[in-house]
Amino acid sequence: MNHENDTLVLGDRAYTSRLLLGTGKFADADVMARAVAASGAQIVTVALRRFDRDRPNDALLAPLLAMDDVTLMPNTSGARNAEEAIQAARIARELCGSRLVKVEIHPNPRHLMPDVIETYEAARVLAADGWLVMPYIPPDPVLAKRLEEVGCASVMPLGAAIGSGQGLAAAELLKIILREATIPVIVDAGLRAPSQAAAALEMGCDAVLVNTAVADAGDPPAMAAAFAQAVAAGRSARRAGLMPVGTDAQASSPLTAFLQGGERA
Amino acid sequence: MRVLLNGEPYETAARFVSELIAEQAPAARVAAVVNDRVVPAAEQAAAALAEGDRVELLTFAGGG
Repeated sequence: MNHENDTLVLGDRAYTSRLLLGTGKFADADVMARAVAASGAQIVTVALRRFDRDRPNDALLAPLLAMDDVTLMPNTSGARNAEEAIQAARIARELCGSRLVKVEIHPNPRHLMPDVIETYEAARVLAADGWLVMPYIPPDPVLAKRLEEVGCASVMPLGAAIGSGQGLAAAELLKIILREATIPVIVDAGLRAPSQAAAALEMGCDAVLVNTAVADAGDPPAMAAAFAQAVAAGRSARRAGLMPVGTDAQASSPLTAFLQGGERA
Repeated sequence: MRVLLNGEPYETAARFVSELIAEQAPAARVAAVVNDRVVPAAEQAAAALAEGDRVELLTFAGGG
């Protein structure tokens, strides 16, 4: 199917790729850069950290900035509350000039579930200030709608816990979010296999964001390419319209018993 | 003077934020936050440091 006019719109930009890639956990910057290139991702997440003069090179940033078609989406990881997330967004904008920000506030390192109260507050303030806010949220349809109402550019509900590889554990709740949302819904976190990314797109999700599934793969660039194919296939299937699920068998071949020369009743 | 740089005490001859960045990270892209206020690149040359300032220099790292 032709995807040329099928774009993911965030703010004033239209993206042809529906695969967003995180840059964490890669063995080195070279593998990361090759994975980004193989993924075809046009939005790539990065995190903030304190500058370390013992590791002063721009190993991560240089290859990303050299890619023409890649927009950086800084995240607010490390922020413990709305105030810190807002500050992180402002610092990140100094570094890359991007209006995109992934708001993620997760106080508990054991489950990394988002703090919905602080996330909502940070998203509200940043959206009012002109940011394209992409909040990482639990699969909560009410919260998703509230974030839409305060002007978020998308919502990014988790499929399962970050890095867990449990796939679309939240599928039924994601379907409710999708039914109600009028902004892009991007499944962020939990995916392990390209088939799960395809399933998310078939379900109607607008995009997926993966990181660990690619970074922890045996061959990260090859896995990035596999996710790109799966996302494209899932989107094509969604647009093509899946057949309904039935309870009875429906023959796809004629049932005429021609070998016996008779008609079936 | 003595400032708190990324949480550690640090003795510097730098008088302005731009000089501290030149001293610490001459080739890197960093953002500067002084006493919780983000100092935009255009203002760093005129942003004077004072004894005891809390300075954070930040950069991007891999993240999802």
